[in-house]
Amino acid sequence: MVLIADSDGALLERLRAGDEAAFTELVERYSGPLMRLVRMYVPSAAVAEEVVQETWLGVLAGLDRFEGRSSLRTWLFQIAINRARTRGARERRTVPFASLADHEAGEDHPSVAPERFLGADHDRWPHHWATPPRRWEELPDRHVESKETMARVRAAIEQLPPAQRTVITLRDIEGWESSEVCNTLEISETNQRVLLHRARSRVRADLESYFAQ
Amino acid sequence: MTELPEMPCQELVEVITDYLDGALAATDRARFEAHLEECEACQDYVQQFRQTIALAGQVESERLSPQAREQLLSAFRDWRTRG
Repeated sequence: MVLIADSDGALLERLRAGDEAAFTELVERYSGPLMRLVRMYVPSAAVAEEVVQETWLGVLAGLDRFEGRSSLRTWLFQIAINRARTRGARERRTVPFASLADHEAGEDHPSVAPERFLGADHDRWPHHWATPPRRWEELPDRHVESKETMARVRAAIEQLPPAQRTVITLRDIEGWESSEVCNTLEISETNQRVLLHRARSRVRADLESYFAQ
Repeated sequence: MTELPEMPCQELVEVITDYLDGALAATDRARFEAHLEECEACQDYVQQFRQTIALAGQVESERLSPQAREQLLSAFRDWRTRG
C-alpha cells in the first residue's frame, strides 16, 4: 500500500501540471471503489455513477486548494461521501455509515450454523464439528476458480448487508489495509474486523452450498 | 507449564479474521494454532476461508461506463484549457 500511496502523490503532481494520462489513471484506479462506496447512499447504480463523475469534477475544481494534508485517497473519498449524502438525502435515502456499521456488527450472527456443531453437553467433543466441511478440491466436476464460481462470489458479495459489502469490497477486492478502511469509513478496528469476518463467513457458506449442489 | 484451555471448533471459526489480521491476544493465538494442528476439519475450514478471500481478490472492480469516462475526459480538457 505504501507503493500505491507514493505513486498517488506522483500522479497528483502530474495532474496539477495538467497531465491527462495521470487523470485517466486516477479515474481507473479509484472509480470502482468510489462507486461501491457511493452505492451505499444512493438508490441505483446509475445515480452512483453520476455521483462518481461529480466527485472527479469536484477534484478538478478543488485541486488548487488541496494542500495535501490528508492523502489524495482520503480527500477523494470525503468528496464522494459528501456528495453521495447530499444526493441520498434528495433521493430520500440517507444512512450514516457508522450507525449502519454499529447495527450490523451488533447483530448476533454465527459464522457457521450452530447445528453443524456438537452440543455443549457432548461428553467428549463439546462444540466440535458434527458436520465438518468438505475440501473443495475433492469435489468432483468442479473447478474452484471457474467463471461460474466467480459469478457466484460476486453475487454473494452483492447480497451482503451494506456495511459488510463495503468492508469486504475495500479489503478483499480492492486490497486495502485495515487502517485505511477504518479511516475512510470512520469505523473502529473492531467493527471493521467483525464486519469483514461476517462478510467472508457468509460468502464462504454460500460457496459451500454452491459446491454441494 | 500451565496448559491453556482448548479452543473448540465452534470458537475457532469465529476468530479466523482476527487471527489472519494478527489481532488475537497471544494466548488465543496459541490456542488457535494448537487446535488447528490437531483438527483436520478445522484445517479444511480455514483453507476454505482462505480460498474465499483469494476468490474475492479476483473479482473485478466496478468500472465507469465508457460514456461516463468520455464525459470526464472532456471535462478534464475544459478544465486544463481554463486553468
